[in-house]
Formats: sequence, structure tokens, C-alpha cells
Amino acid sequence: MNVADAAARFIPGHPRRRRAGSGKAAPAVAAAVIALSAGACDGPQSALDPAGPAAQVVDQLGWVMWSGIAVVLVLVSVTMLIPFFRPDVRGKRRLFLWGGGVVLPAVSLTALLVWSSGIGEEMRRPDAELSITVVGRMFWWEIQYEQPGSGVVVSANELHLPVGKTVEIRLRSEDVIHSFWIPSLAGKTDMVPGRENRMTIEASRPGVYRGQCAEFCGAQHALMALPVIAVAPTEFETWLGRQAQPARPPVLPFHQRGREAFVSAGCGECHAVRGVIAGGRDPGPDLTHVGSRLALAAGTLDGGVGNLAAWIASAQHLKPGNAMPSFDRLDGPTLRAMADWLESLE
Amino acid sequence: MTARWAAGVLMLVAPAACGDPSPAAHDRNVIGGDAGRGRAIVASGRYGCTACHSIPGIGGVAGIVGPPLDSFARQNFIAGQLPNTPAMLVRFLRDPPQLITRTGMPDVGLAPDEARDVAAYLYAAGGTP
Repeated sequence: MNVADAAARFIPGHPRRRRAGSGKAAPAVAAAVIALSAGACDGPQSALDPAGPAAQVVDQLGWVMWSGIAVVLVLVSVTMLIPFFRPDVRGKRRLFLWGGGVVLPAVSLTALLVWSSGIGEEMRRPDAELSITVVGRMFWWEIQYEQPGSGVVVSANELHLPVGKTVEIRLRSEDVIHSFWIPSLAGKTDMVPGRENRMTIEASRPGVYRGQCAEFCGAQHALMALPVIAVAPTEFETWLGRQAQPARPPVLPFHQRGREAFVSAGCGECHAVRGVIAGGRDPGPDLTHVGSRLALAAGTLDGGVGNLAAWIASAQHLKPGNAMPSFDRLDGPTLRAMADWLESLE
Repeated sequence: MTARWAAGVLMLVAPAACGDPSPAAHDRNVIGGDAGRGRAIVASGRYGCTACHSIPGIGGVAGIVGPPLDSFARQNFIAGQLPNTPAMLVRFLRDPPQLITRTGMPDVGLAPDEARDVAAYLYAAGGTP
């Protein structure tokens, strides 16, 4: 269709005026867009693929508003185009003005207000069965699980949750404002230095999800991800019991060498490995069970001995500006021994 | 007379056999290795390849702990010590410290078929041999 034809459609009385039936492409295009985007919704970090009650509520609210807005858009567009195609139609003016301009918005918006205020309550359940404290730091996550009766189990950079149980998350920060966000499970809650924010979260099905820091916190804000693993409650209890144990003494001489190198290189200044070294003045991620984690450095690298060695030797190259220096003067066998020993800490 | 002609022709043709500009082709064929699968293994990040090395054809982080592998296929040596042949490369990938005790490259746990695939990819992407 050339420009002249397009213009003709909008000028009443034009000799080359076409009928309005040439809009046949529009429904096909809309259908294609919807079909394509339907497959784009799922994934470990998708607010459109809710795996928990809070995320379910957000998703529902989103779809209701989206559909409502789409309907309004279509209505308004059609009403706007009527005079161009049917210039002889005289609408009932009062009906349009008062009905469409006052009654319709009042009714629909009031309904939306009442409904959305009500469902907000479902996102916060006060009856939590487990409490986990997450402390945001530049650029990693310190995680403290409360074990009823036996104190606190400290871990880092990977959050485990029992499926079907309401968990209270207490959010703090020791430096700048971070934000705790696991899109598949719940909305964002900021971690503000000097105060403790609380939210409840629940995973309704097992799986591996991905969270991310959602408040710009510095040079490596983009590499501050949080793998979240939801498992059956019994599995969670077993896992937590193992995490509470100190590191097992090394069996292989190579691992013994790695452990000694870890201590003598000064890693204990920042990193605690319970049973080996307490960790120090400048807290870094607790490494007591680092070998069991899916990822390193807050989701920057996969786990495994290759990635561990790379991280130890070139942390500043892989995540410039993070708090860990590159230990690039270690000789080959020492580096491998350290990586091997850390990987054995399951 | 024929001898002089023959000598003359030989003198014209012979220099072409000297200073052949194309080097002898190294054996870069890994039997049982699939370069496409090898690329997937390297790109997955599971074994930390790109965390230490810069590897051609793989985007994202390029490590500086080990040497860049951009022209690996042209090199004579693996890690400066081992002859760069397909068999040696596969052995090296499967257990580097066993062949070079002072290396910083760990045994990352590659299965035999994975090592063959990765070797095939390193040769395919690492420049013209």
C-alpha cells in the first residue's frame, strides 16, 4: 500500500477511499506476537513463571491489569476511528461523555483498587516456620539460617528453601543499599544499612531459581546473583544439618597441602572455614562447604575445581573491584592443591 | 645439446622446490572428536576453561591465568613442553598434572569423549595449522 492510499483511508470523501476491511493483517500479527511470547515466560528468574504464592499474586495482578488496559486501548482506538470510517454516524453524545468518561472509569478503577488492596495481604504471611537472615554486602550474600535450639548456621551465596513452608527473610546490609529479589518467588525488598527489613517467602515447587541484587550497589552490582534451591522439607533438614558441621579433616595429602596453603596465604583474614580457621576482620563468604555450591562469587562462575583455581588466581580480572585480590603469585601445584581442597569441602 | 637444454629447464624449475611458502600441515585431526560438541562444553563454563584462558569463538569472560589459545593449532608445544599432537592433547586435557607436574592447570574431570571433543574444538578454532 503506498502513501497515497494510506492517506486516502483517513480523508473522508477522498476518491481513492478504501473500505475498512483491509485490516486483515492485524489479527494474524497479534496472534503471532502472542504465540512467540508465550514461550518466553519461563526460566529460573522469571516473574512471569511464578513458583511461590507471593509471585503468583504479582503475576495475577499483572495479567489483570494488562488485559484491562488492552481492552481499554481497543475500545478507545475503535471509538476514535469511527468518525473517520463512518462520518455519518452521530453517536449519542451524552452516553459517550458520561458513560464512557465518568461511569466506566469509576466502576472499573474502584473494582481494581478494592481487589488489588486485598491481594496485597496475601503476599505477607506473619506465620513463618523458619527464619533466615540475608546480609547484603558488596558484592555477595551472607546467609544465616536459624536452627531452632542450636544457633545459627552461616553460609554464603546460595539460598536453600524448604518447599511449601513459609520462610521469614530478615534483610540487612553492612555497606550500601542492596535489594533482595527472586522474581520467581516474590517481589523486591531493599536491604538498607542500619535497619532490618523483613519479608516472607515461600517456594511452592522444588527447583533451582535465580535471584539478583536489584539496587545498584557499585562496580559489580551486575555480578551479584543468588542461586536459590528449593527442596522437600526433609531434604532441607538433612542439608542444613550437614551445613552446621565443621569442615571434615583432609584425607589426601594433596588436600592437606591445600589446607595449609589456604592458611599460610592469609585467606583466613577474610574467609571462615569452620574447623580450620575462624575468619577475620574483613568478612568474606564462609567457605566451610563451598564445594557443595552450584556457583562461585555470587553467581559469577560455575562451581568446580577449574573455576575455583581461576577465581583464586584472578579474582580481580573476573570481577574487577570486588573485595578479593587476585592471588597471582602462587605456584601451580599450590594453586591446584588449594582449589582441590576447597572443592572437597562438600 | 639435450643435456644443456635439460640443465637449463632444471635450473628454471628447481628454485620452485626451495623455500616453499606453505608450511608442512600438522596433524590436527582428533579421532572421535566433535568440534561442535567441544565448543558447547567449553562455552558452558562448567569446567572453567574460559575463566583461565582466552579461547577463540567463545564470548564473555576471557581469563588471563593461562595462555591465550587463539593460535593454538599452530603451536609446536602444549604448555611449552609437550609435542602438540592430537593424542598428546587429549591426554593432557584429561590430566594435566600427570604430564606436567608443575602446571597450574588442574584435572577438571573431563570424560574421555569430552576431552576428544574439546581437543577437536581447540584445533578447529585455534588458527590455521
